[in-house]
Amino acid sequence: MDLSLSPSEREFRDEVRTWLEENHPGPEPEAGLDEVMAFRREWQGKLHEAGWAGISWPEEYGGRGATLIEQAIFVGEAARQEAPSPANVLGLAMGGPVVIAHGTDEQKQRYLEPILTSEEIWCQGFSEPESGSDLASLKTKAVKDGDEWVVTGQKVWTTFAQYAKWCMLVARTDPDAPKHQGLTYFLMDMEQPGVQVRPLVQITGEGEFNEIFMEEVRIPDANVVGGVGNGWSVAITTLMNERAGLAFGAISQISNSLKRLNQLASETRLNGGVAAEDPFLRQRLAQLHVEAETMRLNAYRGLTKTMQSGIPGPEGSLGKWQWADINQRIAELALDIEGAYAPLDRGAEHAVANGAWQYAFLRSRANSIEGGTTDILKNIIAERVLGLPRLR
Amino acid sequence: MYFDLTDEQQAIKSTAREFLAARYKSERIRELARSESGFEQSDWEEMAELGWPGLALPEEWGGQGLGIVELAVLFEEMGYALAPSPLLSTTVAGLALAAQGTDEQRERWLRPLAAGQARSTLALFDAGTAATIGDFETEARADGEGVVLDGEKVLVMDAATADFFLVATSDGSRHLVERGADGVSISPERSIDLTRRLHSVRFDGVRVTPEATLNGAQADYLPVFWRACVAIAAESTGIAQRTLEMAVEYAKDRKQFGRPIGAYQAVSHRCAQMLLETENSRSAVYGAAWAADAEPESLPLAAAMAKAYASDVGWRVPDASIQVHGGIGFTWEHDLHLFLKRGKANAATFGDARWHRDRVADLVLAEASLPAPV
Repeated sequence: MDLSLSPSEREFRDEVRTWLEENHPGPEPEAGLDEVMAFRREWQGKLHEAGWAGISWPEEYGGRGATLIEQAIFVGEAARQEAPSPANVLGLAMGGPVVIAHGTDEQKQRYLEPILTSEEIWCQGFSEPESGSDLASLKTKAVKDGDEWVVTGQKVWTTFAQYAKWCMLVARTDPDAPKHQGLTYFLMDMEQPGVQVRPLVQITGEGEFNEIFMEEVRIPDANVVGGVGNGWSVAITTLMNERAGLAFGAISQISNSLKRLNQLASETRLNGGVAAEDPFLRQRLAQLHVEAETMRLNAYRGLTKTMQSGIPGPEGSLGKWQWADINQRIAELALDIEGAYAPLDRGAEHAVANGAWQYAFLRSRANSIEGGTTDILKNIIAERVLGLPRLR
Repeated sequence: MYFDLTDEQQAIKSTAREFLAARYKSERIRELARSESGFEQSDWEEMAELGWPGLALPEEWGGQGLGIVELAVLFEEMGYALAPSPLLSTTVAGLALAAQGTDEQRERWLRPLAAGQARSTLALFDAGTAATIGDFETEARADGEGVVLDGEKVLVMDAATADFFLVATSDGSRHLVERGADGVSISPERSIDLTRRLHSVRFDGVRVTPEATLNGAQADYLPVFWRACVAIAAESTGIAQRTLEMAVEYAKDRKQFGRPIGAYQAVSHRCAQMLLETENSRSAVYGAAWAADAEPESLPLAAAMAKAYASDVGWRVPDASIQVHGGIGFTWEHDLHLFLKRGKANAATFGDARWHRDRVADLVLAEASLPAPV
């Protein structure tokens, strides 16, 4: 057991730290999403030039071929310094790895480079209005017509679809096969007639995600990834990659939030003292620090396990569940510390921290839903880690 | 970065698992629970042969010279097996002696402890106080060359079978007092935990010679205290692991409405919660154990976190397991109550969750209380 970084890991950490300090572009623009995306594209360009985009990708595909621990160090350090997100998060974390794992040589040649440069943004077309947690029940259909597929259906909760060139689309190609077997994974060009993107406004008032309507959209057969009928297992790889990649960024992000929460508790006046001295608030604050630490240590334990076995196990679900829970409770405690000021939102003259905690409170409501609901994660843990019988 | 047991640590774990499982079947635990001493001398001797009493004591004094990670491995298994044993009390006393004893004291008192030929226990808390660490009332009254102790210590583990005590006094020092010394009287206290003995010990004009007073003041014992917290937190983690396994087994077997109850989400999600808490507890414990061995400056925070978390988990998971078992889990006949009780007693020992969370808050807020950068 050794929880410290090895000399070479420390050297890598220092390299990352220095590079980020020297190249950090500052905070994201506060104005609209278009400006934010432009800012992120520019940032990703910088990352790519220095070889930090696609850090987990093999070197032959333009990545860095970093070890898991190096990826964890990079993501953790980037979050610690609050570096902006790259523009093409889904392409880097999911699309690229899927093409690398399941794609043909032609597909690798065609798609990987523009993901790294953020020239082409990717989005994910999995969920449908009738198929959320029960993803395999999805209804969007793809019918073969010559060397093309004709796709009709609807996708929902598609983050950044309005900027995307390519959509990782899972559609039903065999309506008669058992539900997990009749699915195929496509790369759909978003810039064509028949694809309509409609933004959804979320409870924060922003529109990160969208609905996609597809009406007889044509996808060449060459854009099938992993073979017809294998869509489910290809999609699962995508989700595994998503979960494994996010953990260490989430840990640093929680650690930043807790530092701000300490500050808030130490500065907010309450009962003739400060909130940090209130026994009840103080206990809740400490408990969040404790749980955040257990989450961090669990992730390192998981990392060691993954490095030994080669694949991330279902235990990753514990981390996602816990992250959502802690992140929500941090914002809840912040609002409780603000007390009567809790309703004041961004832009209000007397808002605390310019409404940052109000935004965090509202945005974090999605944490236990996005990327696998907490309820479904508990099913996965019960069935796949504990071996309890399936209800279905 | 490698967060898993090494082969050697894994070997300690499997030896302990096997040894303890063979000795502490339900019937035997209950038999020992009914006995006066609460454990069996022959078991103790076998543990001594395995080197357990001296596991984390320096080789120089006959210990094995292993670390707190190894100690945590052992105590996780002690909890898993619900082993009734004075190993914890003796281990903690040994750590204190190793840390603050003079060479003469170590030779005379620590060496036999490390070999398992003697046992010891801490007598810290005074009757009528809140029994929190560092808040000791019994005075070491100067008398000639030595001191005299008058007072009543409570919550003393395994006092009746310890050969000597380490008695804390209001000046923060510790004194070696033999169980049979003049003026020492011991009364058993009834504990909810049937697998660990608690006593009160009166010290009426007990004389302590200068050779029997340890060096060091209160703060010098904190590193020992934090290590004790890690050991008992490891034990609570083992309790959680075992009762989680019992719940999962039962949920697979027990059928209602024609299905195993583990197929119902009300039950399976409860089990998932138990797993989350158990794994968190384990991570916190080994994180703190590693800090004790390799990064002592971060031990206070890491140990306070581990003890805060494991205190809750060590009884909540058995409690949830009782709920999964339904009525049978509430019976005397079922073992779950024994785990629940040990877990709840552990939670209160060496600082409860509230006390440790308060320390966590002290430590994490120390940074924030600095003047805010403009």
